[in-house]
Amino acid sequence: MKATVLVRPKEGILDPQGDAVGASLRTLGFGISDARVGRLVEVDVEAGTVEEARAQVDEMCKRLLANPLIESYEITFP
Amino acid sequence: MTEPVVAVVRFPGSNDDRDAQWALQALGADARFAWHADVELPAGTRAVVLPGGFSYGDYLRCGAIARFAPIMEAVREFAHDGGLVLGICNGFQVLCEAGLLPGALRPNASLRFICRDVTVRVERTDTPFTSRCTPGQKLVVPIKHGEGAWYAPTELAEDLAASDRLLLRYEECPNGAVADVAGVLNEDGNVMGLMPHPEHAVDPLLGSGDGALLLASMLDAVRERELVRS
Repeated sequence: MKATVLVRPKEGILDPQGDAVGASLRTLGFGISDARVGRLVEVDVEAGTVEEARAQVDEMCKRLLANPLIESYEITFP
Repeated sequence: MTEPVVAVVRFPGSNDDRDAQWALQALGADARFAWHADVELPAGTRAVVLPGGFSYGDYLRCGAIARFAPIMEAVREFAHDGGLVLGICNGFQVLCEAGLLPGALRPNASLRFICRDVTVRVERTDTPFTSRCTPGQKLVVPIKHGEGAWYAPTELAEDLAASDRLLLRYEECPNGAVADVAGVLNEDGNVMGLMPHPEHAVDPLLGSGDGALLLASMLDAVRERELVRS
């Protein structure tokens, strides 16, 4: 079962990558007030149900995919 | 007295392991390498150094993969039993990811890899890593990192400051670190991490010998413990 994990820098945390992207977009003439850059991880989980898969992916996020101190994460099943 | 055994952990991608070994040997230690896939530290290990580099390519986040290396279980146990552990640069990142030190390392505010000498202030000298320094002493030690901005949420940073665990601070912060932090100490005072590289600053001929003060402090502490044991 395919799952998508979105890892974001937590709100209020300095995100120099997002700032650089934002500055470039403004240079291109886009009217944006903020940009944040995160990470997307796609995993194919061996699980019978979505609940089971979600529990597994949640565990993955807690143990490896995200650092809870600086990142938040969101799991979706496309 | 025999030379104390210090384990220098080598991860795939470590690149300051030889400098760390050289510096420790020059200061009178028997520095031996421990391979990331080993499950035990070298026999008689009295201190552990996690050197700089790009362990496991620093994929995902710096240090995030290395913390699962088999040797890290032994390092964790060693630290738990009160053993001295020093993490330099990538080693600092690994210790933070492993939960052995507070905080996390984020990309430099400038997004640039910074490679130059910096001046750090020693905030405390009653630790196994700073005993050879004087309070407030300024050390010139090089940094070379792209992700060295130490971060902790405000409350945690304040707690750490209140308990004097923000051991080294930059005189002029080069990377956007919270509270100008260059190095931190764990609660029990036996694990330290820092972004600057003391092992690259052990000879005035190469720019600075100030890093030797930190490494020699650690070896002093190891020798003192030996005396207590014998």
